[in-house]
Amino acid sequence: MENGSMALQYLLSGITKGSIYAVVAIGFNLIYSATGVLNFAQGEFVMLGGMVAIMLAQLGLPLVVAVGAAVIVVSAVGCLLEITFFRKLRHHSILHMIIITIGLSIVIQEIALHIWDEKVRSLPYFTGNEVSSLKFFGAAISPQVLWVLGAIAVSVVLLHIFLRYTLQGRAMRACASNPEAAMLAGINIPNMRTLSFGLSAALGGLAGCVISPITMTHYEMGAPLAIKGFAAAILGGLGNPMGGVIGGLTVGILEAFAVSRLPAAFNDVAAFVVLLLVLFVRPHGLLGRPGGEAVREH
Amino acid sequence: MLLQVKNLRSAYGALEVVRGVSLHVSRGEIVGLLGANGAGKTSLLRSLVGLLPPRHGEILMDGRSTLGQPPWRSISNATVLVPEGKMIFADLTVRENLLIGGYHNPDRLLQLDIVLDRFPRLRERARQLGGTLSGGEQQLLALGRALMGRPRLLLLDEPSLGLAPLMVLEVFAEIRKLRELGVTVLLVEQNVTATLQIADRAYVMETGEIILEGDAAELLHNPEVKRAYLGSTGREALL
Repeated sequence: MENGSMALQYLLSGITKGSIYAVVAIGFNLIYSATGVLNFAQGEFVMLGGMVAIMLAQLGLPLVVAVGAAVIVVSAVGCLLEITFFRKLRHHSILHMIIITIGLSIVIQEIALHIWDEKVRSLPYFTGNEVSSLKFFGAAISPQVLWVLGAIAVSVVLLHIFLRYTLQGRAMRACASNPEAAMLAGINIPNMRTLSFGLSAALGGLAGCVISPITMTHYEMGAPLAIKGFAAAILGGLGNPMGGVIGGLTVGILEAFAVSRLPAAFNDVAAFVVLLLVLFVRPHGLLGRPGGEAVREH
Repeated sequence: MLLQVKNLRSAYGALEVVRGVSLHVSRGEIVGLLGANGAGKTSLLRSLVGLLPPRHGEILMDGRSTLGQPPWRSISNATVLVPEGKMIFADLTVRENLLIGGYHNPDRLLQLDIVLDRFPRLRERARQLGGTLSGGEQQLLALGRALMGRPRLLLLDEPSLGLAPLMVLEVFAEIRKLRELGVTVLLVEQNVTATLQIADRAYVMETGEIILEGDAAELLHNPEVKRAYLGSTGREALL
């Protein structure tokens, strides 16, 4: 029984981290399918979300307002990145674009370092505090975990509804499916691309807020999230937003169990093993189609 | 005059593919644009909607210049291009494909019903993904999607390309019926006979220039047209 509840504990911790990877992976997919850019600055949105919310909360704003404002600010940053850089840099190879996004993520980190210094910060727990916990079949979970899972589940469902059932969401999928035909139907493609950056950034920013009490927020936290989110996106099938959910949870759970078995130095090994295995064995991912998005040259 | 094109020139890099084309299309007409592969027909259509920005010349829609506008504005001039090949949204359902066609049409749900009545095959398959349709059904879907935007001018690029003979007949019948809707059509085709049978007038293009124009009935018996189409690609072009 003891073993069972330990396993459950790891599983819960894996799902929590995995849900953050899922959000980053969804961000990757949204931007990739609308613009063809693999945005490795995706993890910075998570960091910025946490940082802005913490700053606003310290200024005395209520938590809800601070989080809401942080999501809006990060979303605006995402839109701005698209308008200032990617809109003008179309027609470059996918590799050039990746290097540009890595450069941007370094710039964002440096700016964050200047604004917020290198201290590790965190938002207060949304309900209760660091010692409060709920019992769940013998495993202890922090109420904040429920906030993380709840917030992310709700945003994933909302995103799904947006993409499936609204005109703008369908237009976004149309752009991903066939940009030229979408233009001929009157869809303003550059605006759609900006919207994809804004949405991805908003999702990342929200994840950065809800996770902050658990993992803390630090100016360097974005880069590893980008890599793991990328592994999750590849695993789920690049370009498929909902594939990111499956990919993210898988990577998170594998990582949690790997950590329980391996020395701490191998913390990040699980994600990279997944990434390499998928690239060798099934490069189009779990939900992707062979020869589809994953190999599209831009 | 719905569409008037004056001395239009377009190029891909250094390669000029449309070399001083002038043509006009009047309201309610079906006008054919014929020519062999590589004559510049597709490039001309792409220039008209801004996908290939012209280097020189004039495009007047209802007397107003549309030059320099981005492709997504062409629909606000009620001009819709149905491009060659499978240009539907393969990952969207048939219904979603059609709704996207009505992106700028506030009455898109009403229009959806009209279009589905017109193409019962599409109604049967409304929930299927576009990519699962046969080639002919995809062409009907592309046509239906274009009608969702309630165009006044429809630019059709090789709608019969790669279709089975029966499907070709069906597609041409649909194009002929567009006239009743008051839609004006500029039809690019390699299927010369079928085009000239439904068109009012036609232009013939060769290496980026218009070399011949006239009434469809006249061109149907023109030895020059026969010459242009009895080249290497000509035999199959004659139905």
